[in-house]
Amino acid sequence: MDFLSILTTSVTSAIGPVAAIYALAIIGLNMHFGYTGLLNFGQVGFMLVGAYGVAISVGTYGLPLSVGVGAGILSGIVLALLMGIPTLRLRADYLAIATIAAAEGLRFVYRAPFARDVTGGVFGRQNLSDGFRELNPFPPGRYGIGDITFSSSHLWTMLVTWALVLIGSLIMWSLMHSPWGRVIKGIREDEDAVRSLGKNVFAYKLQSLVVGGVFGAMAGVMITLHQASVTPDQFRPQVTFYLWAMLLLGGAGRTLGPIIGSVVMWFLLTFTDETMRALDQMGLLPFVSGGQLGAVRHALVGLILVLLIIYRPQGVVGDRREMLVNVK
Amino acid sequence: MSRRLVTVLLAVIAAILVIPGYAAADDQGGETLSGQISDPGSSDGGVEGIDITVTDDAGDEIGTATTDTEGAWEVDLPEPGTYTVVLDEDTIPDDLEGYEIAPGAEQEKSVREGQDQVTLFRFIEPEEPAGDSEDSDQDEDELAEEEEAAEEGAEAPDVDESAPFSHQVAQVATNGLVYGLVIAIASVGLSLIFGTTRMINFAHGDMVTFGALMAMLFSTGAGGLGNSILGLLVAVALAIGIGLVLRNRVPPGVRLAVQSGLLVLGIVGATLVGIFGGEATEWRVSLLGNPGLGSQALDIAAIVLVPVAVAAAALAAGRLLRGRVSPDLVLPLQGVVLLVGLAAGVWLGAVGAALIAVVLGAALAAGMERYIWQPLRLRNVVMIQLFIVSIGVALLLRHVLLVLFGGSRMSYPEYQVQDMVGLGPIALAPRSLGIMAIAVLVLVAVACMLQFTRVGKAMRAVSDNRDLAESSGIDVARITLYVWTLGGGLSALGGILAGVHQIVHWQMGFHLLLLMFAAVILGGLGTAYGAMVGGIAIGMVAMMSTLWFPHQLMQAWALAIMIIMLLVRPQGLLGRRERIG
Repeated sequence: MDFLSILTTSVTSAIGPVAAIYALAIIGLNMHFGYTGLLNFGQVGFMLVGAYGVAISVGTYGLPLSVGVGAGILSGIVLALLMGIPTLRLRADYLAIATIAAAEGLRFVYRAPFARDVTGGVFGRQNLSDGFRELNPFPPGRYGIGDITFSSSHLWTMLVTWALVLIGSLIMWSLMHSPWGRVIKGIREDEDAVRSLGKNVFAYKLQSLVVGGVFGAMAGVMITLHQASVTPDQFRPQVTFYLWAMLLLGGAGRTLGPIIGSVVMWFLLTFTDETMRALDQMGLLPFVSGGQLGAVRHALVGLILVLLIIYRPQGVVGDRREMLVNVK
Repeated sequence: MSRRLVTVLLAVIAAILVIPGYAAADDQGGETLSGQISDPGSSDGGVEGIDITVTDDAGDEIGTATTDTEGAWEVDLPEPGTYTVVLDEDTIPDDLEGYEIAPGAEQEKSVREGQDQVTLFRFIEPEEPAGDSEDSDQDEDELAEEEEAAEEGAEAPDVDESAPFSHQVAQVATNGLVYGLVIAIASVGLSLIFGTTRMINFAHGDMVTFGALMAMLFSTGAGGLGNSILGLLVAVALAIGIGLVLRNRVPPGVRLAVQSGLLVLGIVGATLVGIFGGEATEWRVSLLGNPGLGSQALDIAAIVLVPVAVAAAALAAGRLLRGRVSPDLVLPLQGVVLLVGLAAGVWLGAVGAALIAVVLGAALAAGMERYIWQPLRLRNVVMIQLFIVSIGVALLLRHVLLVLFGGSRMSYPEYQVQDMVGLGPIALAPRSLGIMAIAVLVLVAVACMLQFTRVGKAMRAVSDNRDLAESSGIDVARITLYVWTLGGGLSALGGILAGVHQIVHWQMGFHLLLLMFAAVILGGLGTAYGAMVGGIAIGMVAMMSTLWFPHQLMQAWALAIMIIMLLVRPQGLLGRRERIG
C-alpha cells in the first residue's frame, strides 16, 4: 500500500475544483440554514437550474457563455422565489419537504423525454465550456508541487472557483455584519421577537433564500464549466446531503465553515476511498469488493452526519450555541 | 480548541504540500477507452471473453481488447479524437445468443485530452416482458430511456391504446388505486411518527426498502446470510423467552448468564452458518419460500389469515390461562403460541418471508426509537438536528442494504409472470387483487385499532397534543415506541407490497418517500387517516396523469399537487389550522 500516493490523491481532491464547487454551494446553504435557520434540503435544485442555465443557453441555443452564466444565476433567483413564496409562511418542516420535493421534481422534468429538445433528456448536454477554456491563461501542461498536480484546465477552473468562494465568503461576512444580517440572525434566534419589532420576516426570509440560491446556482454553473457536460442524474438528492454533511462538519453559521467543511470532507472521503481500494487490492477486505466501495463511501457520509450531530454539532469551527437554536 | 484544530490541519496540509514526492508520478495524461460488460442474468457478474476492436477516423485499427473475468476492457489511445468501438458479436458466449446489444454493437466515441471515456454495451432482452406492441421499432435511445425511467420506480401503466377512452380511464384508475393503497400503507407510519414526535423521518423510505429486501432474502434464500440472520433471531427470541420464564425463579445472575450464553451460542452458530452455509441452501429453501408450496390464492389467504390467527391464538391463550396458572407463566406461554404461529407462517413459504420481514421492520423501527431518537430527545437535541440525523441514518441504511444486496433490480420469484384477470374493461394481475385485499384489510385493521383500542386512542391523543396527553397520564415515551413499532411494521409491509407490485430495488423506498411526503401533506401532516386518504389520492393522480402526460412525469405531478396544496390549504385535507405555525 503506497501511503504517500493515497495522501497526495486525497489532498489533490481536497483542494481541487470539485471541493471548490461544493464550497460555493455550501456558502449558499450556510446562508439558508446557518444564518437564517431555513431548512433547505433541495440545494441541489439550485445547482441543477444553474448548470442547465449554461447548458441550455450554450448547448441548445448556441448563445455566448456570458449569457449562459447570467441565465443560470437568473434561474436560481426564479427558483428561490417559486419555492419560497408558498412555503416560507409555514413552519420550517414544510420548507424541508417542499425543497427536497421541488429539487427532485425538477430533475424528473429535466430528464423527461418531452424536454429532450431543450435539455437533452437523460443524456444531457456536452461540449459546453469551449468559451470558458478559451479564457484560460495557463498554457497546456501539468502544474503543481510535488505529486499534487493539476492539468491547466483544472487549474483554471480551480482559480476561478476558489476566487468566487473567497469573494462569496467576503460578501457573506460583510452581509452578516450589516444591519440586514442582524435581522436575519434574529429571525433564526426568535422569529416572533423580530416580527414584534415591525420587520417583515417573510420578506427577509425570501431575500435570504434568493441570496443562498444564487450561490447554489453559481456552483451549478461552475459544475458545467468544469465538466464541459451535464446530465440530470448527477443532481440526485444525495448531493444535498453531502452539502449538509460538509456544512455541519465545517460549522454552520460561520464564514469559514463552508470552506473548511468542503476541504476536510473531500480529504476524508478520498482518503478512506483510496485506503479501502488499496486494502481491497491486497485482498484484505473480505466483505466488500470494487463496485461496492462507492456505497461504503455514501454510508460513511451518513455515519459522519449522525456522529457529528451527536458528538460535535458545532463542527470544526462552529459555536455550539448557534446550533442549539430551534427553528419553529 | 477549534482554532488549534484548524491550525494543526493547515499545518498538515502545508507539510504534505512541501514534502517532495519521490513516488514516480504516474502518467495520467493518456487517453483511454474502457468499459465493462455485465451479465444480464446476474447482479454483479461480468461477461468474459468478448473481443472489442477500436479503430480511428481513417479506419485504422488502434487496438483490441478482450473482457476479463469481471467483464472489463480497456484500450489505450494515441491522441484525442473520434474513434469507433466495435464489439465482435461472434465472441459472445452461447448462452447470451438470444440477447440484443444496446446501444448497438458499433459505437462512435469522441475522446478529449486526458479523458478516460467509458463505452457501454449492455445485453438486453429482445422483447419487453410487459409486451408493448410498439417495442419492435423503438430506437435504442428510447429503450435506454425506458430502462432509466423504470429505474426511477415509475412504471408505465399498461393500457390498451385502442380501447375506448372510458375504459382506459377505468383501467388507469384501478392501477392508481393499487398504487395508492401501497403508498397509503407505507405513509401511515410516517404521518403517525410525525404526529407523535414532530420529526420528519427521512429514513422512512429506507425502512420501506428494508422490508422489501428482507422479504426477498427470506423468500429466495440468499445463501448463508439469510440463515445467519434467522439463527440470530431465534437466539434472541429464545433468550428473551428464557429470561421471562426464569424471572423471579433463579437469581438474576444465573438468568443473565443463561441469556448471554444463549446469545453467544446464537452468534457463534450464525457466524458458522454464514461461513459454511454458503450456497448449500437446499434445506433452507425447502423450509422458506418454496414457490411450489403455495398457490397464489393460498399465499394471499395465508398473508391475511396467519397473522390474525396467530394474534387471536396468543390472546385466547392469555384469556384461557389467566387465573389457572401462575401469572408470570402467561406471557411466556403466549410467546410460545406466537412462535408456533410464526413457525406456521414460515412453513407457508413466501408468506413466512413477508411476516418475518414485517416483524423485522417493526423491530428495526423500535430499535431506532429506543437507541437513537429517545436518547437524543432526552438530551434536548433540537428538531433540525433530528432531521439531519434521520438523513444520516437514511444514507447509512440505504447503502448498507446496497452493499448487502447489490444494486440490481429484482422481483419476487413467485409473482414474476401472471395471467391477467379481466373484470369488465379492467384487466388486473392477480397479484394486484391480492395487494388491494391485503392493503384494505390492514388499513381497516389499523383504523379500528386507532379508533377502538386503548393503545390506539392513546396514539391519537399523543399525536394530537403531546403535552396534553402527557399531563392526562399517558405514558408518552411508551406510546411513542409503539407508534414507531407500528410504523416500522407498516412501512415494511408497504415495501413488500410495492415489491410485489413493481420491482425490488435498493432505491425503491427513496422514490416512494417523495410520494409519501406528498401523501401526508395532502392528507394533513400527523394524521393517520389523512395519510390513508392522501396516499390513495396521490397514487390515483400519479397514474391518471399518464392518460394525458408522459409517464416519466408521474412523480412530478404528485409533487406538484403537494406544492399546490401547500399554497391553498397547508394543513391538508384532514389537518387542523394550528399545526402549520
